[in-house]
Amino acid sequence: MIRTLPRSPLYITGYRIYILLFYIFLIMPLITICVLAFNDSNFIALPWLGFSLDWFFADTDERLGLFKDPDLLLSVWTSLQTGFLVALFSTIVGTIAALLFEQEKFRLKGLLYFLALSPLVIPGVVLGISILLSATNAGIYLEENLGINIGILAPSFWLVVIGQFSFCSTFVMLLVGARLKKFDPVLEEAALSLRATRLQVIWLITIPFLRPAIIGAFVVAFLISFSNFNTTIFLVGSDPTLPVDLYARIKFSSTPVLNAVSFMIVSFITLAAMVNFAINRNKE
Amino acid sequence: MNKKGSTFYLLLIPVLLWLVVLIVTPHLDLMFRSFRLETDEGNMIFSLNNYLTFFQDKIYWLTFVKTALYSIFVTFLAFVVTFPVAFYLTKVVGKRYSGFMTLLLLIPIWIGELVTVYGWMILLRDNGVINNFLMRIGLIKSPIEMLFTNFSMTIGLLYMSMLFMIVPMMSALDSLDDSLIEAASDLGASKWTIFRQIIIPYTTPGIVSGGIIVFMLVIGDYVAPNILGGKSSLWFTEQIYNKFLASFNWSEGAAFGFLLLLLSSTIIWIALKLTGQKLERVGS
Repeated sequence: MIRTLPRSPLYITGYRIYILLFYIFLIMPLITICVLAFNDSNFIALPWLGFSLDWFFADTDERLGLFKDPDLLLSVWTSLQTGFLVALFSTIVGTIAALLFEQEKFRLKGLLYFLALSPLVIPGVVLGISILLSATNAGIYLEENLGINIGILAPSFWLVVIGQFSFCSTFVMLLVGARLKKFDPVLEEAALSLRATRLQVIWLITIPFLRPAIIGAFVVAFLISFSNFNTTIFLVGSDPTLPVDLYARIKFSSTPVLNAVSFMIVSFITLAAMVNFAINRNKE
Repeated sequence: MNKKGSTFYLLLIPVLLWLVVLIVTPHLDLMFRSFRLETDEGNMIFSLNNYLTFFQDKIYWLTFVKTALYSIFVTFLAFVVTFPVAFYLTKVVGKRYSGFMTLLLLIPIWIGELVTVYGWMILLRDNGVINNFLMRIGLIKSPIEMLFTNFSMTIGLLYMSMLFMIVPMMSALDSLDDSLIEAASDLGASKWTIFRQIIIPYTTPGIVSGGIIVFMLVIGDYVAPNILGGKSSLWFTEQIYNKFLASFNWSEGAAFGFLLLLLSSTIIWIALKLTGQKLERVGS
């Protein structure tokens, strides 16, 4: 059953076949898109008509490659900006939340912690419409009562950032909080007894200790933002993020450029994961 | 209560702003809006009409019930499919391979749902890769209709959610001491007994937190049902989407969103009660 116990050959062979099938299931859609990105065809699926880089570089009436399509490049750029801002803000607030809930004692802490975790159990669609409603209400109120018009309260780039930030902070809080649980309070006590202020302790001792987790959380928040669709769709204005753009293309105008974009995403993520894996293994 | 330093408020205020402005207020707005009705004169009045629409129109509550049952089914399916994998990676395969094999599991998560769902769309089409392959080897004569059915939708939902279950189950299994299994085996327990009496009780926290994440992702998903599902596989999020972005009936959309939130919270609450777990543990 486990490594140290004797196992029947039938059991272990059957088990291995299952695992193999599972990994085939896992990798099949990714391999398919990657291969078809180089298909010399005007349709997204088979048959295979030969190798071509058209869907990356072509600029003809029939074929518009990924790197020649201004709309697509713009949505990639929008997603990169959104991802960076969301990661930045949610890393700051998520880290502060982790410090607050792990190290401070105060009334209503349980309730606030529950609220901070709640994005885990709120469907993304519901979060999207709630924030849309709230922002619209606030926008109408401000315009009617104060006569000022705040553009970001209508669906827009910044509303997407705000919406994604609202749940990405939870993930940052959990990732940083997990590392904070391993923090030795003696270090802080030593610094405090040497007359460091609480803020100095956080800045000079706790934050450096948390740095790997904070960097990791930043990357995670970026990736969540970059691929989010369910919340974003309700908040997006005239500048779509990449998932929103891809969704519209899948529904209404599928060309193999979709395969090319997917190929870029798959290879980038795989490469990044491999590099990260190699670095971590060398450390051990 | 002892007096709080200024640092405490420095930590508290950003977190409080995040939770009040972006979590609590939007959901209160959602609730209020769901009880509002716009009269012919354009005034907003209190009304239960939005909820009445839901109960009177069969398609709405049928979709609602179907979404709930289907999400539970997919969550169960995700457990059945991934538990053997989690067990294999933590207890069976050599340590040398498990790191790399675990890494492979994370890649589809970071690639994002839209790309992987698109990959399945290409695989399952009538002229897609799987039909082509089956016809080439002579197993079938004409393409099987797989895309736009409940089958393709289930595959998509399973694929995009199941990997989120493996990680918490693996960390639970990791902390299970092998000697417990060895001892049971020495005392003559069968594999099934060991599985039921030792492994499952020990890993319940991991299974529950993984299950909740999977359930939430599935019930709140829009992309997989919309892209892979057909006319017969309506998902409740699609109804909300239509209310907000197609028919612009935000009040009914808010009522539907609120019902979805109630539904998911209730099911999770029941699951937590049945298994004796706490939401705080889901986060870790």
